[in-house]
Amino acid sequence: MNLLAYRNGPLFKRLFRKAAPLLKEQHERVGRKLNFMEVCGTHTVAFSKTGVRDLLAPYVNLISGPGCPVCVTDQSDIDQMIAYAKCEDVIVTTFGDMMKVPGTKSNLYQERANGADIRIVHAPSQALEIAKDNPGKRVVFLGVGFETTAPSIALTLKKAKDQEVDNYYVYAAHKLTPPAVESLLQDSDHKIDGFVLPGHVSVIIGRDGWRGLEKYNVPAVISGFEPIDLLTSVVLLLKEMEKPMRVIQNNYQRNVREFGNERAKHLLGEVFKVHSPSWRGFGKLPESGLTIHSDYEKFDARKNILAVKPKSRVVKGCRCGEIVKGKEGPFDCKLFATACTPDNPLGPCMVSSEGTCSTYYQYERQKHSLSK
Amino acid sequence: MKKILLSHGDGGSQTHQLISEVFQAAFGDAELEQEHDAAVLPFQSGDLVVSTDSFVINPVEFPGGDIGKLAVTGTINDLAVSGARPAYMSVGFILEEGLEMKLLKKIVQSFAATAKEAGIRIVTGDTKVVERGKCDQLYINTTGIGYREQGVQLAYHHIQPGDRVIINGGIGEHAAAVLGERMGIPFTAPITSDCQLLHAVIKKITEEFKTVRFMRDPTRGGIATTLKEIALKTTLNIVLEEERIPVKPEVRGTLELMGLDAAYMANEGKVLLIAGPQEAEALVQFLQDIPGHEMAAAIGEVTEGSGQLLLKTEFGGTRVLDMLSGEPLPRIC
Repeated sequence: MNLLAYRNGPLFKRLFRKAAPLLKEQHERVGRKLNFMEVCGTHTVAFSKTGVRDLLAPYVNLISGPGCPVCVTDQSDIDQMIAYAKCEDVIVTTFGDMMKVPGTKSNLYQERANGADIRIVHAPSQALEIAKDNPGKRVVFLGVGFETTAPSIALTLKKAKDQEVDNYYVYAAHKLTPPAVESLLQDSDHKIDGFVLPGHVSVIIGRDGWRGLEKYNVPAVISGFEPIDLLTSVVLLLKEMEKPMRVIQNNYQRNVREFGNERAKHLLGEVFKVHSPSWRGFGKLPESGLTIHSDYEKFDARKNILAVKPKSRVVKGCRCGEIVKGKEGPFDCKLFATACTPDNPLGPCMVSSEGTCSTYYQYERQKHSLSK
Repeated sequence: MKKILLSHGDGGSQTHQLISEVFQAAFGDAELEQEHDAAVLPFQSGDLVVSTDSFVINPVEFPGGDIGKLAVTGTINDLAVSGARPAYMSVGFILEEGLEMKLLKKIVQSFAATAKEAGIRIVTGDTKVVERGKCDQLYINTTGIGYREQGVQLAYHHIQPGDRVIINGGIGEHAAAVLGERMGIPFTAPITSDCQLLHAVIKKITEEFKTVRFMRDPTRGGIATTLKEIALKTTLNIVLEEERIPVKPEVRGTLELMGLDAAYMANEGKVLLIAGPQEAEALVQFLQDIPGHEMAAAIGEVTEGSGQLLLKTEFGGTRVLDMLSGEPLPRIC
């Protein structure tokens, strides 16, 4: 597939000229800027990095949603993961994003410096290999992520079972995206005019996975990540606004099928079961996460490894809980770019490269200070 | 398989054997063979230019090079962009107990071959062995000494508004090759590190082009970090045009897959040149005619300002580039 076609500068400029009157018209009709939420952290980065956010700024507020897996992970989960690292015979394996996420008392980098065996992996399959290479140790993989990463972790559990690996464990903290988006709409004073829905998640769950949103009659479009995807998705949202009955639009048809990836969904159903975990900012959300199925419970870190965590609390003043819901933005937080920076993050949104605060720190901060 | 033992570092007979059979055999310099505590070297003309660097890369072998080649090119290129002709080099090896002798020999030979190509003499060296687990296979430190002819003027304060920013090829190749190797990404198109010596190209440039004001090799932190440093030092702005920045499609794809930005990724064979506008086009053409530098391009301009690095995107937006902050970590998604 030629991705470059979707980032063709001259074509983009032509499309933007065509879209401008529509943007203006809707802006005037509503009498204020339109509030569109991009649910996915990759979209947040893409809007900033390409400059599309700036081009839309006269007409549209783009609000970041609960789309960064590290950011929506509850503080008690973070503390539990750090507690595993402190166990004598445990090797913790994790994606890199988790390393700097502040726990109540420390983070994984600090624990590694204190002597814990913590290894960054780029694919869950590497964690399973580490377990096989270290039979005397218990290897815990920190399962943080959405529908996108869960299948590859499910695959390691299936392999571990088939190959009778008895020292591999997963701490499952996977989240499901649609329930979080739905909970935003259940808030009676929400101000969201439309959603740019995550492309990668939709590859797994399909357009069908978002059907639950249709009862709210809110414009929503599944989008890819290239500049032309972003622009055409916003145009589709504008057009949906004019219709009395809205349906979920699929503007990422090159990758997203109606029912998603059936094999991956089947695998998730076999290895995990849906439960109701706590999210940062949201609290407990019904049927919004994946935990390990009883058939695989011997690999469940929660059930097999005792590690006592400290009482969890978040840093005073940290607004990450409101930022992941789109209720506030990074510039509303007093700690942003003062006490909290990518070098010294106080909340998770400043850690992940796709966290809202980290993205705004890198791309929007200086413009914001110039415009004041 | 023969391996490095702690006794190879205790100063006894095995240390001597290692030095003579591995290091002296490869480096073969008369000064080194004196086996004195220090090298005594004749002073040449001009200003003395010194640079030191330590190399701790994982994996030690990667497509397009290894830690030995890297340890020479890194230091030579630092001398070259400072306008110096490389003359002498020291080298220190920290070896991990259990390192395979075969791998060490291979890396030492690669080191020696690169030094020979650069025409630099290895005049003093050191080896230590640490217990298994105390280092990752091997670390290398090199210090290079070069001479700069009087009259070579390369400094921040020569940079003026209107000057052009030129790069000698595609960015992010070293980082993409190393990360790809580390993560075991099967590439459809193989990515090779750009690890290469720049002294010969830079020598020709300084001889033929008189308006080159400044040079830097954008290694760790990538072109964005290096150019931001230049902007801050000069308190001028640098405006880059995204569509002119050369990046091989496979490099861009690999880095994007990991959520990483090529502008912040390490290069090991690239030089950023700040040159007067009158010579910019000819300089780019000159570079493009040299094998290995075909993707050279003028990527931006120095303007009046306040130390900002700005990027004009292909889609009509402008964004501010800041220094890299924190370690770039591949994302989860």
